[in-house]
Amino acid sequence: MTMTRAAASGRSFLGHSYNLVGVIASLVILAWTLIAIFAPYIIPHSIGDIVDDDYFGPMRQGLWLGSDYLGRDMLSRVLMGARYTVGISLAAVAISCFSGVVLGMIAAVTGGWLDTCLSRFLDAMNSIPSKLFGLVVVAAVGSSIPVLILTLAVIYIPGAYRFARALAVNINTMDFMTVARVRGESTIYLIGSEILPNIIRPVLADFGLRFVFIVLLLSGLSFLGLGLQPPLADWGALVRENIGGLPFAAPAVIVPSLAIASLTISVNLLIDNLPKKIRDRDA
Amino acid sequence: MKSGILNLVLKRLATTVVTLLIVLFAVFFATSMLPGDTASILLGQAATPEAVAGLREAMHLNDPAILRFLRWLFGLLHGDLGTSYANEMPVAKLIGGRFVNTMELAGITTLLSVPLALTLGITAAMLRGSIYDRTVTILSIGIISVPEFMVATLAVLVFAVYLRWLPALSSVNEAHSLTDLVRIYAMPVITLTFVISAQMIRMTRAAVIETLSTPYVEMALLKGASRSRMVLKHALPNALGPIVNAVALSLSYLVGGVIIVETIFNYPGIAKLMVDAVATRDLPLIQSCAMIFCLGYLLLITAADIIAIMSNPRLR
Repeated sequence: MTMTRAAASGRSFLGHSYNLVGVIASLVILAWTLIAIFAPYIIPHSIGDIVDDDYFGPMRQGLWLGSDYLGRDMLSRVLMGARYTVGISLAAVAISCFSGVVLGMIAAVTGGWLDTCLSRFLDAMNSIPSKLFGLVVVAAVGSSIPVLILTLAVIYIPGAYRFARALAVNINTMDFMTVARVRGESTIYLIGSEILPNIIRPVLADFGLRFVFIVLLLSGLSFLGLGLQPPLADWGALVRENIGGLPFAAPAVIVPSLAIASLTISVNLLIDNLPKKIRDRDA
Repeated sequence: MKSGILNLVLKRLATTVVTLLIVLFAVFFATSMLPGDTASILLGQAATPEAVAGLREAMHLNDPAILRFLRWLFGLLHGDLGTSYANEMPVAKLIGGRFVNTMELAGITTLLSVPLALTLGITAAMLRGSIYDRTVTILSIGIISVPEFMVATLAVLVFAVYLRWLPALSSVNEAHSLTDLVRIYAMPVITLTFVISAQMIRMTRAAVIETLSTPYVEMALLKGASRSRMVLKHALPNALGPIVNAVALSLSYLVGGVIIVETIFNYPGIAKLMVDAVATRDLPLIQSCAMIFCLGYLLLITAADIIAIMSNPRLR
């Protein structure tokens, strides 16, 4: 931590200074986001088209990332994979953080039995290993995109709740909260206007971390064959279906792996290199 | 004072029991939601409606869910895990041998990763800011940031494809000698060790660094104690609680890791059994496997919490 702080250069943007690693990491994230949005317009081939006579073809002109186990264009499949991986994870993390943070703030402000019940219940949910939960639920209700999003969101609500509640409990003891209560403000006002602005920065950092967890879990589920179903494929599914190319070190199995790694490592690095003011988790 | 700790520990244990009940309930209901009617799946497409109805009756599928849950729970207490739908064998028998396999995998991984991670974590914290520390930190962030299957794929790529030292798949049946045994366990254990150690290194490093920044360690430095004395004599004994806590927490990642690793390497453990059971919709088998995993996970996090309580000097 000192290391990164010492390395923080004078780059100043919106009043915060960023260092080089953080900037590169955010560029990578931005690039994947743009690809996720515009993938259908930039892919050279349709993801279902068989364009190569050979399977696990090497990289060459026209097929920049080689071909997959059926001879489909890998570049197109990876670009479209970005859409599914980033899209599903982002939707899931938005739902889980929103619900978790709102519940956490309500529990902290209200206290009493509501707080106790909610905390007990969500702690119990937290005691189910995430991969196991995903495995059981996705197996139970099938794996369509909405189911995947909801399952991933539910798995990470307890974590978001715990984090937000711990922060909100600290804010709740402040004098301005007492004053607001005495004024007779409603709970919605209390959590929206008094608590939220004071915890928003660590909550956003937590959002990023949770996004990484969700990307990893989604990839893991897809890798087990329980995520997106063919012909759609996110990055985890791409690794799974091309795992046969592993002995030849085919780009078809290496590239999607690198794609996952570049995204998750970038988010982690970005959060690690955020200015301390934003990142500080014990605010 | 002693009774204070005892109280806290008992309270924590009680919480674990309540949690376990909620978890069992959740597992049961999640698996009850499996699509399709179990009876008609079992009998195949050609079954008559009467036969399906008869089987439903025989399997108590028409009873309310809460009743089936209680019956299942009661069976569990008697050591009766039910009968597998897919091959009519008692679940306990199916799980038995595979449970041993999984525990072996977990045990060997623990024996390897704990000393490795503690050494790396503590030395990295002592040499904080050095090239060594940065390398360890970057590597562990890298491993944490990628899915387990990628670590496994990389391990296969390096050890089985390029170096050709080890086979890519494992199967315990073929062990004839010690070298066979090493070759079989090597890939899954290497992968799991990487995944678990990365977590443990990060947590251990953080725990030691935190202790190193306390006033009493600074005092030791100021009074002229050597660097190694400062760390070994003053910081480490106080960091021990958090470190053991970190070890227990990291070991709980074994549960997730084992699911991926057994599937990838085709290792005959419970996780593989469970993934296969999901494919065949074998309810009792899924429930029992899920229960074993939840129980293991719960035990580890409870142990971590109790160690944290016991090692807190303010409570002693």
